[in-house]
Amino acid sequence: MTFVAKPKAHHPRLPLNEIGLTRRDYEGSVSTLCAGCGHDSVSAAIVQACAELSIPPHRFAKVSGIGCSSKTPSYFLNKSHGFNSVHGRMPSVITGANLANRDLHCIGVSGDGDSASIGMGQFAHIVRRRINMLYIVDNNGTYGLTKGQFSATSDKGSTSKKGAPNLYEPIDLASMALQIGASFVARSFSGDKSQLVPLLKAALHHKGMAFIDVVSPCVAFNNHDGSTKSYEYIRKYGQNVVNADFIAEHEEITADYQPGTVEDINMPDGTILRMYKLDENYDPHDRVGALNYVQRRKEQGEIVTGLLYVDPDAIDCHDILRTVAQPLNEMGELELCPGNSALASINESYR
Amino acid sequence: MQPTDIQNPSYFHKVVDCQWACPAHTPVPEYIRLIAQERYSEAYMLNWDSNVFPGILGRTCDRPCEPACRRVRTEETPVAICRLKRVAADNKGDISRFMPRVPQQKNGKRIALLGAGPASLAVARDLLPLGYEVHVYDKDAKGGGMMRSQIPAFRLPVGVLDEEVDRILDMGVVTHFGEEITSMKAMLDQEYDAYFIGTGAPRGRELELPGREQVADQIHIGIDWLASVAFEHIDKIEGKVIVMGGGNTAMDCCRTSLRLGAESVTVVVRSAFEVMKASEWEKEDAMREGIPIINNRPPKEFVHENGKLKGVLFGCVKPVEEDGRLKYVPTGEPDVFIEADHILMAIGQDNHCPWIERDLGLQFDKWDCPVLDDVTLQSTHPKVFFGGDSAFGPENIIQASAHAHQAAISIHLLCQHKDLKKDRPPQGVNLLSTKMGMHEWAYDSEHDPSVRNIVPLVEQKAALANVKVEVELGFDTLLGAQEAQRCLNCDVQTVFSEKLCIECDACVDICPMDCITFVGNAEEPKLRLKLTAPAETTDQDLYVSTDLLTGRVMVKDEDVCLHCGLCAERCPTNAWDMQRSVVHIPQLGSFAE
Repeated sequence: MTFVAKPKAHHPRLPLNEIGLTRRDYEGSVSTLCAGCGHDSVSAAIVQACAELSIPPHRFAKVSGIGCSSKTPSYFLNKSHGFNSVHGRMPSVITGANLANRDLHCIGVSGDGDSASIGMGQFAHIVRRRINMLYIVDNNGTYGLTKGQFSATSDKGSTSKKGAPNLYEPIDLASMALQIGASFVARSFSGDKSQLVPLLKAALHHKGMAFIDVVSPCVAFNNHDGSTKSYEYIRKYGQNVVNADFIAEHEEITADYQPGTVEDINMPDGTILRMYKLDENYDPHDRVGALNYVQRRKEQGEIVTGLLYVDPDAIDCHDILRTVAQPLNEMGELELCPGNSALASINESYR
Repeated sequence: MQPTDIQNPSYFHKVVDCQWACPAHTPVPEYIRLIAQERYSEAYMLNWDSNVFPGILGRTCDRPCEPACRRVRTEETPVAICRLKRVAADNKGDISRFMPRVPQQKNGKRIALLGAGPASLAVARDLLPLGYEVHVYDKDAKGGGMMRSQIPAFRLPVGVLDEEVDRILDMGVVTHFGEEITSMKAMLDQEYDAYFIGTGAPRGRELELPGREQVADQIHIGIDWLASVAFEHIDKIEGKVIVMGGGNTAMDCCRTSLRLGAESVTVVVRSAFEVMKASEWEKEDAMREGIPIINNRPPKEFVHENGKLKGVLFGCVKPVEEDGRLKYVPTGEPDVFIEADHILMAIGQDNHCPWIERDLGLQFDKWDCPVLDDVTLQSTHPKVFFGGDSAFGPENIIQASAHAHQAAISIHLLCQHKDLKKDRPPQGVNLLSTKMGMHEWAYDSEHDPSVRNIVPLVEQKAALANVKVEVELGFDTLLGAQEAQRCLNCDVQTVFSEKLCIECDACVDICPMDCITFVGNAEEPKLRLKLTAPAETTDQDLYVSTDLLTGRVMVKDEDVCLHCGLCAERCPTNAWDMQRSVVHIPQLGSFAE
């Protein structure tokens, strides 16, 4: 925990984004997580991504549940809307927010405990419903807040800090998201912002359910030799398949990737989703193929990262429900509650 | 880039911009911390150790430290370092217990110091505790040199000057005051073991224009006139006064004239306002007292009638930049006549040693400056050393102190028959961790965003009525404490240990100034552009680690680091530590440590 507030002073030549704000305008208060926590890097990546997209901070809604991960919305986007909800119930709250105001950029932050244990049902159903949001799981494979028990995403055979092995199979949230309807699925690593930030930007521009599983090491309880979610392990066994980058129309392309196949997808809003395939055999448009690939590599002890699957023509829950284009919160009471006569006429239509 | 060698004493010294810029390398952040702790005597002694005249310099220093201050780069206005020095001097207690002991039993070596200005006095201070018999010669009846004769009392009260001069004289200097030296040969015949010449730059420049001869008694050389005021030979000036020149002496002349009863005072400068030699604050002080400064007016003629000065005729020019240099071309406007009863000329000064015979083996260059070794300050005569303004031309008091320390080392080595260069003590650096607990540091790490405090002044009417009333009141202890908080503690260094780093990015994320980047190594110009915030200030170093596990290196741009310690606070493995760097600049007898 840090007691000293982060000074307001910033680099004299800190760049301004298109709406005249600096990256510092997208920060939150100083983190009270343990020093070196991967979650703080995820927050910093969110700050950077949002600033680079030049979206006004008040156009975001950030919602979380309970846990170390769920504390992090305090540490980014100070000037946005936020709700720190009940354990595992972030999906319910963010569904409500998105239904009420479809124009908000919704960011849900959860953890492996919050999503893969107590909130498993909520996780599964919000993905199914395809809420237009960015769902981030800060996945450290341990219950850090309660001193390091195994979580539901801990790999079988990986050990606790004291050396005891985990006896249960892990839940792979990215595979589940692939299976039940997410239209943008990625996995990344808190220690690799060059991969994570472009993914976040692309996900924030994706219309539909965008799910990112971020391996985010717990330095206090799960960064030891027997861990499969330590800085060292993921750097050694992480396998990047597809780097993604979000490119605004007028932007120059500066990404510095290794050569491979490049595929551009023109997004409905005029932007470009650019994919750099690092593995020629991988097809990020093939949902079933992606599932197989991730599982097969996992058998070999590797962790597949990057953009695993994207459906650029996806629909979201507003399309499914055929809601009006105007956000509900902008409507007057008369429009939202047209009264008894309107109800009566609806009822009449079913007789 | 090659990994940075932090054992090199210059590396972290350079990060402490103020100390690096100070000719005497005063440990500024350390004494500012002492002021914040209300330990004024210790703060004073730390200053006295390196710059010898804290009370005097706290009022009159040229402050090379302030434009160098890191806060200029992070928030525009520097810490008021000079005024804090005065806070230490004004509030110190009894410092006699800290004074170096001077042995009764002398070491048998006799040293002559010529001139009793800051350079000679500082040499005396360095040599006396080692048992040298020190003789100081000066033509004036009191010590202090130009500090007494050229700096008016409204900037430097006589009491402050006397205290610091006497502190050194009382250490056992044998004074030969009131004795004008007329022959270096005669001095050498006295067979001192070494000679130090600190006679300053005592000759004010002349301006040979038509009319100069005819009205000689109404035209005065600025520094000579100031000396006459200081020694109370002159106590008034009547009528209209023109001060010619744009340096600090000109500012002292015009402000003194105003106090001695001049009807009007005008400063006329040949060059543009921006390129005047006077310090910014001295120009401001003069203008605040209502003195007009007229620029771009080169003098043409002293106009006189019946042997009486009428005024001065000035041409009109304008500055034009040509090949990056300013040139002055006539504007075509008619010449301007300004009435005057007295002219004070302050257009520069030169070192001038007519009393040094030119056949003693002591060589002078074409500018009439002595030929010196710039490290040892030894002249071409092995027993003769120079320092202060007499060495390389007019500079300032703090430079004189710096010269003195080097000359004293040289004299000491000479007297021990050692080599002046090979046997010179080396510089060194000590690094001490300031970590006291989980999140406790031995310095106040929190960044204070407040703006520079303004120094209170005495009421202007009272100031102008008496040449001896000090204009600046200085910071009181409260203002001093507030200003001390603005210091960024640049001597508390961010020290990085590659072996401990797990590359978690915590430091990168927390750094408010975007100083830290983990990136693939490259040559310096390329690396500077690869950083999170491109390192465009190329005179500020990059701190580069050896290769880390991922093959990247840690690069820290020292330019705008606030030394807030957040990188170290957020580091889970203590790969970052905040360590106080203490630079050891060799000096004979360091008393404050």
